[in-house]
Amino acid sequence: MRPSTRLGVAMFAPALLYITALIGLPLALAFLYSVGDVTVGSVGWHFVGLRNFESVLQSPSFRRALLNSFVFTVATQVIVIVCANVLALALEAPFRGRGVVRFLVLLPWVAPISLGAIGWKWILDSIYSVINWTLVHLHLVKPFDAPMWLGDPVLAMASVVLVHSWRMIPFSTVILLAGLTSIPREIPEAAAVDGAGFWRTHFTITLPMMAPIINVAVLFGVIFTFTDMTVVYILTRGGPYDTTQVLPSLAFFTGILGSDLAEGAAISVFLVPILVAIALLMLRVAHRAEVV
Amino acid sequence: MAAPGSGPPRSPATRAGRWVVVVAFSVLLAFPFYWMVITTFKQTSDLYDTTHNPFIFGAAPTLDHLRLLFGETLFLRWFLNTTVVGAAVVAITLALAVPAAYALTRLTGSWGPRVGMGIFLTYLVPPTLLFIPLSRVVARLGLQDSLWSIILVYPTFTVPFSIWLLMGFFKSIPRDIEDAALVDGLTRFQAFLQLIIPISRSGILTVVIFTFTLVTQEFVYALTFISSASHQTVGVGVPIYLVRGDVYFWGSLMAACLIASLPIAFVYNLFLDRFIAGFTVGAVK
Repeated sequence: MRPSTRLGVAMFAPALLYITALIGLPLALAFLYSVGDVTVGSVGWHFVGLRNFESVLQSPSFRRALLNSFVFTVATQVIVIVCANVLALALEAPFRGRGVVRFLVLLPWVAPISLGAIGWKWILDSIYSVINWTLVHLHLVKPFDAPMWLGDPVLAMASVVLVHSWRMIPFSTVILLAGLTSIPREIPEAAAVDGAGFWRTHFTITLPMMAPIINVAVLFGVIFTFTDMTVVYILTRGGPYDTTQVLPSLAFFTGILGSDLAEGAAISVFLVPILVAIALLMLRVAHRAEVV
Repeated sequence: MAAPGSGPPRSPATRAGRWVVVVAFSVLLAFPFYWMVITTFKQTSDLYDTTHNPFIFGAAPTLDHLRLLFGETLFLRWFLNTTVVGAAVVAITLALAVPAAYALTRLTGSWGPRVGMGIFLTYLVPPTLLFIPLSRVVARLGLQDSLWSIILVYPTFTVPFSIWLLMGFFKSIPRDIEDAALVDGLTRFQAFLQLIIPISRSGILTVVIFTFTLVTQEFVYALTFISSASHQTVGVGVPIYLVRGDVYFWGSLMAACLIASLPIAFVYNLFLDRFIAGFTVGAVK
């Protein structure tokens, strides 16, 4: 081995050991637990085959959570990518006060999400919701008929989606903004000179050129949304009646609060196919970028 | 002619459109924080009087909620815990990630970038997949309900991310600098310590900031591993322990959210461009 290679191995080894011990090993354990019979107090582990998966799949709460996870992720990402595109386009050119605007629109992303979500819990309060006050005073709803944002299954799911979108929009906007500023100015300018209008330039030139960066924003968005339980946990705790439960939150309630580590692990293992798909897409995006 | 960077010439309509979009999004995105401010300083009776206009003060502002927050809750303790955990995780992250990133960019030949990509992919393995087995590991090590549990576990997401960020930094340093140092008789490792680390100060500072903010953002592990209120971090302590049963002390709660969010937001904003560069340059050149 060349001396520099030896040094390289020595410098890389601690990080590799740490990652193997605290990401690789727990990942393997998650799979083992999902086909075993571990609970919080138990010692030892017995192989039980797919029993946990069977019991999980038969539970209506799980099927609802699985469906919710997809609804949550897809709805959030559609909202986020449309809004982030619009906002990035609006923020692209310099204008007075852009620094202040940037700070304001970034707040949801940079503030701890659990604290932002508790802010929303107050805004969506069943009695003192400021949204309802406004709706009542605009005569859009009757005073005693105001929506129970977190108490009705459909509205609760909508609230969870909207609050998570609120949190993700700034992140995607900034990534798209970075992509937008990397497009050579001459190209859209030439299109404008050739008589293309704003929308035409946007859809036929800017958007296609931004495709790779939009992919990145969407891939990260999907990861952060599909695997997150903070908003659900704070806003609704999965309620009313488990109707807003997503896979991670259900895994938490089953595995930690319910002490059934095996079933909790089985539930969280359902995240894996999506994560693998994202990882492969990520590699493709990175690979393509390297070729260019 | 349009100013540089302002794109193709735009009609007054698109300019007005932009103005509408910017104002609308600023209001929508920042509103909860405005709401935290107003709730913090409102008297409880004012807060709970549905005949009052909620957007303005219906009665004189008060500091009672802040007094309660600082005097009778563990808020300062959570703040301190978060700082201690943040500092420890930063130290561990730097110790592991800086040498690893350097090794992957300079000393490993062709497989370095590939391993780097692999490391980055481990960043995509979320806490919500690992928290159940890790809760067992933490219990085995006797670390449950101790700050050490999260200090041990948080580098699982800060190390891969930091290696990725630092690889970009190290790549941008010209190789000639180290080659010259080697000719002058320094060893490769000395060159790393005495030349590369000082040159990469800003990259390392970026890693420090982002590690720290990732720690303040984390929710699932702190919720799972820590059971007593006095060992909690701000992000979990505020939403979980400032609620007594079904009673929400909204004034103090919102004050806590505001006070914990703003300093982080200010610092993060300063470093945001770097963060984005790290994020996007890594994934798309």
